[in-house]
Amino acid sequence: MELTAVDRRLLAALEDGLPLVPRPYAEIGRHCGLDEASVLARLRAMIEAGVIRRFGLVLHHRALGYRANAMVVFDLPDERLRPAAEILSRLPFVTLCYRRPRRPPLWPYNLFCMIHGKERRRVLERVDEAVAAAGIAAAPRAVLFSRRCFKQRGPRYGLLASGKAA
Amino acid sequence: MDALDRLLVNRLQGGFPLAERPFAEVARALGTDEATVIRRLARLREEGVLTRFGPLFDAERMGGAVTLCAMEVPPARFEEVTAIVNAFPEVAHNYEREHRFNMWFVLAVADPAEIPGVIGRIERETGLPVLNFPKEREYFLELRLDA
Repeated sequence: MELTAVDRRLLAALEDGLPLVPRPYAEIGRHCGLDEASVLARLRAMIEAGVIRRFGLVLHHRALGYRANAMVVFDLPDERLRPAAEILSRLPFVTLCYRRPRRPPLWPYNLFCMIHGKERRRVLERVDEAVAAAGIAAAPRAVLFSRRCFKQRGPRYGLLASGKAA
Repeated sequence: MDALDRLLVNRLQGGFPLAERPFAEVARALGTDEATVIRRLARLREEGVLTRFGPLFDAERMGGAVTLCAMEVPPARFEEVTAIVNAFPEVAHNYEREHRFNMWFVLAVADPAEIPGVIGRIERETGLPVLNFPKEREYFLELRLDA
């Protein structure tokens, strides 16, 4: 989707999210020189184009008690990666599932998943369930628990939207 | 969090109404009123349960790029390197993880061509190599947690 200068102003106005007031779209419009109807129309177009992938709240998982979060990585041959990833990504406790490049010899893994849980033991049980479901218990893997989260925010959309490619 | 907070949080992970009075619509669906929904969301934000409320953009469809990076940071330098890395506005989040590669951060930039430059600056300022793991294929989108 080709974003216009107006869209970019709208994105910048939304950088901190939607204001918690009865007419948030009118309020956003005041910050970027659009009326309420235009804000709604532009947002609708961005949802249809997939530029907005979801519209709602983002939880701070640690504040909800999801203290254990693990990046679980696997080394899978190409032909086995896709079927395994499709099974893993459908499990309710697997939140993200990506194929990424290996970096031999330092890093042999090419499938990356995130598994969240309220405690570490539960996450490890879920890892076992996941590898059993996907039939990849024998594949080399590593479980990288997070120890601390230093920054958790979305990308800076104003920064993104100001770029020439945007 | 009480029952209404949980309902709100579970319901509002996606599909927020595009309407003049969106909070009133959400309130109707949950059997409460607009002022209550707004007040609850404001409190959840203050308490740090919400990190963001609003649209989540797909950086790639906007012409931008996102990538995951990892570093092996000597434990004695961890705080110093964290401060350097987090000072980059392109760093969207950053986690310490239990592994030889103990720092994992996400870069988000307006133009994919900027990625090597940002990585190069992080390497120069920290004196440490950065491994870049751009995503080649995504098998799932949504981060959805039950409250």
